[in-house]
This record gives sequence, C-alpha cells and structure tokens, in this order.
Amino acid sequence: MAEPLLRVEKLVRRFGGITATDNVSLDVAAGELHAIIGPNGAGKTTLISQLTGHLDPHSGSVSLGGRDITYLPAYRRCALGLARSFQITSLLLDFTAADNVALAAQAHAGTSFRFFANARKEKGLRDAAHAALDRVGLLHRADVLVSRLSHGERRQIELAVALASKPKLLLLDEPMAGLGVTESQGMVKLLQELRKEVSIVLVEHDMPAVFALADRISVLVYGRVIASGDPAEIRANEDVKRAYLGDQHVVTHHG
Amino acid sequence: MKAFTVSKAVTALMLAGLVLLPLYSSLSGNIFILTLFTRVVILALAAASLNLIMGFGGMMSFGHAAYLGIGGYAVGMLAQEGVGSGFIQFPVALAASAIYGLVIGALSLRTRGVYFIMITLAFAQMAYYVASGLARYGGDDGLTVYKRSDFSGLINLGNRTQFYYLCLACLFAVIFLIWRIVNSRFGLVVQGLRSNEQRMQAIGFPAKRYQLVCFVISGMMCGLAGALLANNTDFISPAVMYWTRSGDLMVMVILGGMGTLFGPVMGAVVYLLLEEFLSQLTEYWALIMGPLLLLIVLFGRGGIMGLLGRLHRG
Repeated sequence: MAEPLLRVEKLVRRFGGITATDNVSLDVAAGELHAIIGPNGAGKTTLISQLTGHLDPHSGSVSLGGRDITYLPAYRRCALGLARSFQITSLLLDFTAADNVALAAQAHAGTSFRFFANARKEKGLRDAAHAALDRVGLLHRADVLVSRLSHGERRQIELAVALASKPKLLLLDEPMAGLGVTESQGMVKLLQELRKEVSIVLVEHDMPAVFALADRISVLVYGRVIASGDPAEIRANEDVKRAYLGDQHVVTHHG
Repeated sequence: MKAFTVSKAVTALMLAGLVLLPLYSSLSGNIFILTLFTRVVILALAAASLNLIMGFGGMMSFGHAAYLGIGGYAVGMLAQEGVGSGFIQFPVALAASAIYGLVIGALSLRTRGVYFIMITLAFAQMAYYVASGLARYGGDDGLTVYKRSDFSGLINLGNRTQFYYLCLACLFAVIFLIWRIVNSRFGLVVQGLRSNEQRMQAIGFPAKRYQLVCFVISGMMCGLAGALLANNTDFISPAVMYWTRSGDLMVMVILGGMGTLFGPVMGAVVYLLLEEFLSQLTEYWALIMGPLLLLIVLFGRGGIMGLLGRLHRG
C-alpha cells in the first residue's frame, strides 16, 4: 500500500488524570473520506486539535504526506496542505464573506508583507474567493458581512474558507452541527461533491450522514480507537453497538 | 459608499480648516492659534499612529508616548552634540523608534489583553526613568533645543507658517500611508488578527510576525511626531513620555473613533481644544473634561465618527 496521506501513530494526550487521546493510531489514504465517530466525550475534538496543531500531544506522532508534523504550529501545517473547519463557527465576523475566503487564498498566494496595493482589487484573490463561494453555493452572499449571515450560511463559509487554501486534506469538525434537516442534506450533498477533489477527515455526530459519506470509519471511545473499517464492518461490529447502546464499561474491559 | 455622509462632510470641513488656518492666523494677527494648532497637528499625528495598532490592529498599547520621547530626544541630543541637520536628526529619530518598537513589541506581543496593556505601559515608564537619568541631557529638567532642525534652506522650521505646514504635510502623509496599509494584503491580515486570531492561524498566518511589523511601523510614525514636537517646543523632557501622555493619546483615538482614518485627528482636535478652552475658564477644568469624555465614550460608541455616522442614518 502506498504511503498514507495522513498517518497518526500512538498518539497520547492527557488532561490531568484523564487520558483524552489514548494510543490512537490511524491512517488516512489519499482520496479517502475518513470519518471519526464516537459518543460525547470520546476525545474527538482533542484528537482533531492535535492534528491541526492547536494542542500538543504528550507522545506519538502525526505525519502528513510522509513528513512529521507532530509539533509544527498550526500555520505551518496549513502551508503544507492541511485545512480545517471549526466545530464552533470561527470566522472574521466584521469582514464580508468574500474577504474571509480571499484571506485564506491570500495565505497561499505569495507574501502578505505587501503594504501598498489594495488587496481587495487583486483579481487572483477575488476570483479564488468567488470560486470557493460558488462551490458552496453562496456566491450571491459574497459582499455581506459574516455577522449578518445565518448559522447555516456561516457553516458553508467555513467550508469555503477551508477550500480556498487548496488543501490536500480537509479536517471537518462537525460541519453539520446546529444545522436544520434541509441544511444538513445540502451539506451532505456538498461533501459528496468535495470528496472527489480532496481527502477528508470528518468528525460528525450525524450518523446517517457519516454512513452515507464515509469510505472508512474509526470509532473512538474513551480516547481509544475501538474499531476501524468500512461502514458495513462498523455497522456489524459488536463493540461499537455496545458503545452506542451506552454500555461503555464493557468496551473498556475488552480494550 | 460614494454617497454624501455627515461624517465625510465634517471631516472635509475639519481638513479644510487645518489647511487654511495659517491664513486666518495671519489675517487676524492671532499668532497664538497657529502655535496651538501646530501642537494639535503633531499630537493628531501621534494619535493616528496609535490608531494603526489600537484601532486597526487591536493591540491596546498603553505606552505609545515613549516614541514621542524617543523621537524628541533624538533631535535634542543630536542638537546638543552639534549635529543640527534635520537630514540626520529625523532618520535617527525614526530608526531609534523602530529599534525600540522591535524590542518592546517582540517582548510584549507574547502577551494578550490586559497583560499587553500593562507590559507596554511598564516599558514606557522604564523609558521615562531612563530619560530622567540622562544627566548629560538635563535629566529630570529636560533639555532645551537651542536650534531647530536644519534642512539646509529647503524649509525653515523657525518660520511658524512653514513649520505648521511641514507638520500638516507629515500628518497627511501618515494618514495616506495608513489608508494604503489598511487596505493592503498586510493590513487585511492585521485586521483579521484583531477580529479572530485563531481563525487566522488556522488559515496559515503566523500572528506575531504581522503584529510586530505593524507595531514597528506605528512606532516610527509616532517617533516622527516626537521629532516634530521637540522642534515645536524647542524643548524635550521626560514628561512627554509619562504614562498620562500615553493615556491622552488613547483618549484622543477613542474619542475620535477607533479604526477610522480621520477619527484620531478629530479626537486630537476636540480633546486639545477642549483642554485649552476649559483651562482658561477654570483651574478645575479636569472636573468638567472627565465627565464630558465619559459621556462621549458611553453614549457615542465608535467615538465622534460613530456619532456622526449614526446621525446620518437617523
């Protein structure tokens, strides 16, 4: 098998006495949509934060395209092709949608130590921003301040921002969080399109969405990966069933 | 966007007033007003520079007056040592401000929020005490600048009108620069960092680098104001670096409107004219000034510029 795009090996992160990430290893192949699921408090966000560089692990390693990135700061990982969306929408509220996306494009198009020329008139950046907004279906809202957009629209902007940096790997932390039924369906549709272009790690609570989208699924319980496989395998897995029925003690005994 | 607004009209009036002031002064024979406004223009320049980091960059520096002192002392000390040329004094003032900004910024930008305010304040107070200890240059008593910066006949700083126009030209040049900067790639990054640092890091911008460069640019602009100030008063003392002076600059920025191009100029004009006017009325002018500022800050969110903007929208 070829070198995986993302390789996580024996990652450990503790908070006091709690081991939030407990010896997690997983591989994400290029072109794959890899979902990470697990009950509340399973350590999904902690794991994602270590992948993006917002949190340092205590041991283990993370590599992207064969390069060790375990302790690289977030902005360097981004330059290497790792983009993320936040579980809780995190955008520049007092900027327009287009500005938000154009800044992401700017980060990957030459130096930003340019002090004189009007950046909003740089055609390359504007075009990239409009293309990404068009991709998520929000082109008509390009010049609206993000603070005036709805929650659902902001989730879409999150995606557009991540796309504008032309990533190799997209880390999506609960992109459906807080979306209504129709909005969720729209998002699933969108992700189905995007997965053709970019590898995706998806952390999500919405099970129908996960099973519809994922090539492979890893199940996280108490910070450990208790199962990893394609959707059919995961559906059939006894440990996973128990974890989702709430009998988590059984699972830890098995581990 | 191109429409007429109240704030634009008021700004244009103010700028026209500043440009025409020497004319009024010479026609009416009122020399005092020209002296007063030279000071206003210089401090407006300092406030505009502070606004670049505070309003646009979200960096609440409480030690900006240090640059007034550094720029001023560069002129004063060089003059004392017999170097009278402005072509040397002014670049030295800018370079010294840049170095101070680089060191202070690199240390201060490790912190955020209240800690940033306190650490910039602490460094400015250190600069104040260093200046007080310069026995050769007057120490506590300050240093008289016997000869204004000499620009070899290009412009005569001893001439009130010429000096006023030099200061005004510097102010306009700095505002023009700030306008270009805030709309540039660099400026958008700095404003993005003010808005949401986590997001900017996540899309690939190392925060500190950009903030530090912005901090240094702002410091150099204020250093220029300091060099002009020493020429205006023919005197420089540690008092210009005192923390209350940094506070004055902050008040001017907030009063006029943070993060607006002309707000700090408006703030400086209103603040200094109020101070002048009220101190003629009563010795206890601060008792009136304080509540007045409080009211404007409380009810005029966004300062004078914000008030004018709302006036327009009704």
